Amino acid sequence: MRNTLYIPLQPWPTLGVVAVLALLPLAAATLGQPFYVVFATRVLIYALIATSLNLLIGYGGMVSFGHAAFVGAGAYTVAMLMPAGVASAWLLWPAALLAGAGFAFLVGAVSLRTRGVYFIMITLAFAQMAYYLVLSLRVLGSDDGLTLGNRPSLGLVDLNRDTTFYYAALAVLLAALAGMRALLNAPLGRALHGIRDNETRMEAIGFATYRLKLLVFVIAGAAAGLGGGLLVSLNGLVGPNLLNWTQSGVLMIMVILGGAGRLLGGALGAVLLLVVEEAIAEHTIHWPLVIGVVLLAVVLFAPQGLSGLMRRRA
Amino acid sequence: MPLSLIAEQLLNGLQLGLMLFLLAAGLTLVFGIMDTINLAHGSLYMIGAYIAASVIEASGSFLLGIAAAIAGTALVGVALEMALLRRLYQRSHLSQVLATFAVILIANEIVRMIWGSQPILLNMPSALSGPVELLGLRYPAYRLVVIGVGLMTAILLYLLVNRTRAGMWVRAGASDREMAEVMGVDTRRLFTLVFAIGAALAAVAGALLGPLLAVQVGMGDNILILAFVVITIGGIGSIRGALLASLLVGLLDTAGRAFLPYLFRQMFPAVIAAEAGPAVASMLIYVLMAAVLYFRPTGLFPARG
Amino acid sequence: MRRLISALLLSAMALLPALTTAWAADKVKVGFLSTLSGPGGALGIDMRDAFLLAVKLNGGKLGGLPADVNVVDDQQKPDVAREAIERFTKRDNVDLITGMVFSNVLLPVMPTVLNTGTIYLSTNTGPEDYAGDKCNPNFFAVAWQNEDIPGAMGEVMNQRGLKNVYLIAPNYPGGRETLAGFKRFYKGKIADEVYVKLGQLDFAAEIANIRAAKPDAVFFFLPGGMGINFVKQYVAAGADKDAKLFTPGFSADEDTIKAVGEPMIGILNTSQWAADLDNPANKKFVAEFQKEYGRLPTMYASQAYDVALLVDAAVKQIGGKVEDKEALRKALTEAKFDATRGKFRFNKNNFPIQDYYLREVYKDAGGRITNKTIGKVFSDFHDVHAEKCKMK
Repeated sequence: MRNTLYIPLQPWPTLGVVAVLALLPLAAATLGQPFYVVFATRVLIYALIATSLNLLIGYGGMVSFGHAAFVGAGAYTVAMLMPAGVASAWLLWPAALLAGAGFAFLVGAVSLRTRGVYFIMITLAFAQMAYYLVLSLRVLGSDDGLTLGNRPSLGLVDLNRDTTFYYAALAVLLAALAGMRALLNAPLGRALHGIRDNETRMEAIGFATYRLKLLVFVIAGAAAGLGGGLLVSLNGLVGPNLLNWTQSGVLMIMVILGGAGRLLGGALGAVLLLVVEEAIAEHTIHWPLVIGVVLLAVVLFAPQGLSGLMRRRA
Repeated sequence: MPLSLIAEQLLNGLQLGLMLFLLAAGLTLVFGIMDTINLAHGSLYMIGAYIAASVIEASGSFLLGIAAAIAGTALVGVALEMALLRRLYQRSHLSQVLATFAVILIANEIVRMIWGSQPILLNMPSALSGPVELLGLRYPAYRLVVIGVGLMTAILLYLLVNRTRAGMWVRAGASDREMAEVMGVDTRRLFTLVFAIGAALAAVAGALLGPLLAVQVGMGDNILILAFVVITIGGIGSIRGALLASLLVGLLDTAGRAFLPYLFRQMFPAVIAAEAGPAVASMLIYVLMAAVLYFRPTGLFPARG
Repeated sequence: MRRLISALLLSAMALLPALTTAWAADKVKVGFLSTLSGPGGALGIDMRDAFLLAVKLNGGKLGGLPADVNVVDDQQKPDVAREAIERFTKRDNVDLITGMVFSNVLLPVMPTVLNTGTIYLSTNTGPEDYAGDKCNPNFFAVAWQNEDIPGAMGEVMNQRGLKNVYLIAPNYPGGRETLAGFKRFYKGKIADEVYVKLGQLDFAAEIANIRAAKPDAVFFFLPGGMGINFVKQYVAAGADKDAKLFTPGFSADEDTIKAVGEPMIGILNTSQWAADLDNPANKKFVAEFQKEYGRLPTMYASQAYDVALLVDAAVKQIGGKVEDKEALRKALTEAKFDATRGKFRFNKNNFPIQDYYLREVYKDAGGRITNKTIGKVFSDFHDVHAEKCKMK
């Protein structure tokens, strides 16, 4: 069966995927379709965000129903700092990461005292607080959201070019995946696995489970915050919608579609959901119906998600 | 601040609280007895409102509309329970959240296919579309009726749960499912029954609020979250907790919106007050929920010991 | 391994539609992005219907070229609009974009539209941002500047001797500019100025506060379903007996009248258009709209219809060479067409110079509740921001 304690690296397939992802903008340019570069960049960013939630749900057993709030924290940090004169992505993106981490620390410190369904509800409550805060504060743009004139600068390369931004997002995603793999292979990852399976036992053995879980919660919040920062840099706008509870639900869908507790589960789910949406939204306004049916089928018949399905066949 | 204004806002809070109770009651029972998170409860509220709107439009009778909404939505609830929820009782909370989230997506689109994207604007019955005098206070007659129906339903439900045999099963199921089964309660039928009652209560709320708000796709999405706040504060599975928490949330939310900006204007400079008043008001109930969970991690009146 | 390959397949799928998009310069491609669902949906639907009606009456053409109108719902969300705009500009290469209802959707996406050099014709909102020093040769406000209609109402309320008015509007640019426009002309005292969340539907708390403030009158701007609910609830609370309601035309048009009914009678409102304006273009528009859709058109419909007439005239004038953006822009600014609202021309900021009327909701001889024009408030009105525009 699977072994989450040690996640082996498969060098050739990995290289293959990275190579194809690297060539994607070239293909889009050849076909005269620059739109798909921006679309693919958005997919990569959501892959990062979903991956961070997968760390919580799939590996930590923490079913957070408020992940959108950390995305929002990062996004609004960038959107607030840029008009204040901070233009460098080297400052903006770490700031987004810190904002996500900081907010996750606050939320996690309180929420992790509760268990089970109450944890789901309290994370939801904090996310709603953030949502209403953003919605009612005029400095945060309230209903209108915030708009950026330009994309941040990244030193030598120009992020205003869609292709450059795509590669930046790709680099961040790959780094995040590598980092998560390292984390899970480290003792911390093993401990997390133990906590997910039986928290009381781990506590009895002497693990500081609360602190460990909080640490992972903060790491996931940081990655989500970074994702939010990237998202607002790409789109040039952010609104309260990004923090709505349905957005947290969509992120959970990505994780479960791709496969919770698989390294690539979050990324795969983000790709699947956004590509399907893009492909069918053009043809029918009722596309959420299709997503709903697929999601229902996955939950009922393939709880391991897409990666589980593929593994079964392989 | 005039006394009549305070009285009027209290009535508004009571009205919101009672409607929340109608939604929360079904949710907390399903949660308490079947240990199942049902996000699709908001969809039942929406379906109730749509059925009511259609029947009222076709027949011209408001009462008939409410009756049809109750019956129709209870049926939808039973179908949903038998086809889907049953398969989820033994599954993790994560699976329940996602499966019922899928139901929201599906229900929204089916409603959109049948009734369209445009909101249906339902008028109050003409006899109730004006104000009534109440101790020198002019208050919308329709809202008074909503308060009355809400109170009556709450009392009926209380009697049903606390004074009847079916209610005894429900209470037994909520506090200890295995024990109830041992004692001979047919939990399968009980679950379906409870789900149907929950759906019917949600339909009453949807039908009553239809003319005050608008009957539209997605109308259940946000009120659902409020209902979850209520049952979490009240303690999952407890009808008494749900009632008290509904009134608390309804009053706090309305009072916050109505009086906080006013209060802040007395305390802070105008610029800060204009920003902070509405911000704090809209976050109030979520702060309350987080605080309750912090000090009492299973809510105010946990049904299980 | 498999999972990685499938990720690639999925990425490839996203590129598929790209292969099938054909290039064609023999038609006018219009991206019609509007709010078609939710509480503001009625507005966008009226605009879409009117725009498509104009194209249909024109034999499916605009300015002699076949019109390819791509209608998309923005759901009143800026992020949805943003993605639609990217598809229009980067994938479909449309010639023109039009149709947005709400300024909070329009403003965040407009830099993207204008940066790509695409022409935008506003069927509704005319935000201050593009009226003054940031005016843009690619931005045309065909309806009005946001302050114009409420300004006219402020003038009317002065004339009627109202001295203490309570203001309520949604907290978004359109709402704030509307109250600013009102205050620019209204001279009396303001009882209070309240902003609610855009899309709010229950006004119980606000109505109680209004009553406690005891104003002479209430000026409200609540577009779409918001206004419908506000009027119904205001009347249900009996508040209309203490302070009468006044509004810009948006909340006293056919959509609101149909939903609210009798309580609307007597409400005064201002607009640049009315169904009873006596000119041939308007007579044809009102008759054809009723024939096609079985309802009376709103001012939103008239605005979108006028946009279609404008595009038709401009494309015709340049002989169908829509790829010549410079010529198309010039032809648009000259605006030689018979608008449903009568006199119409562009100011130097590409915002209208036009007349504003006072309307009153009444019950006509046939028992139908509708608006009648009872006077003219402004003639050849220039919006106040135009002087800051450096164009021309």
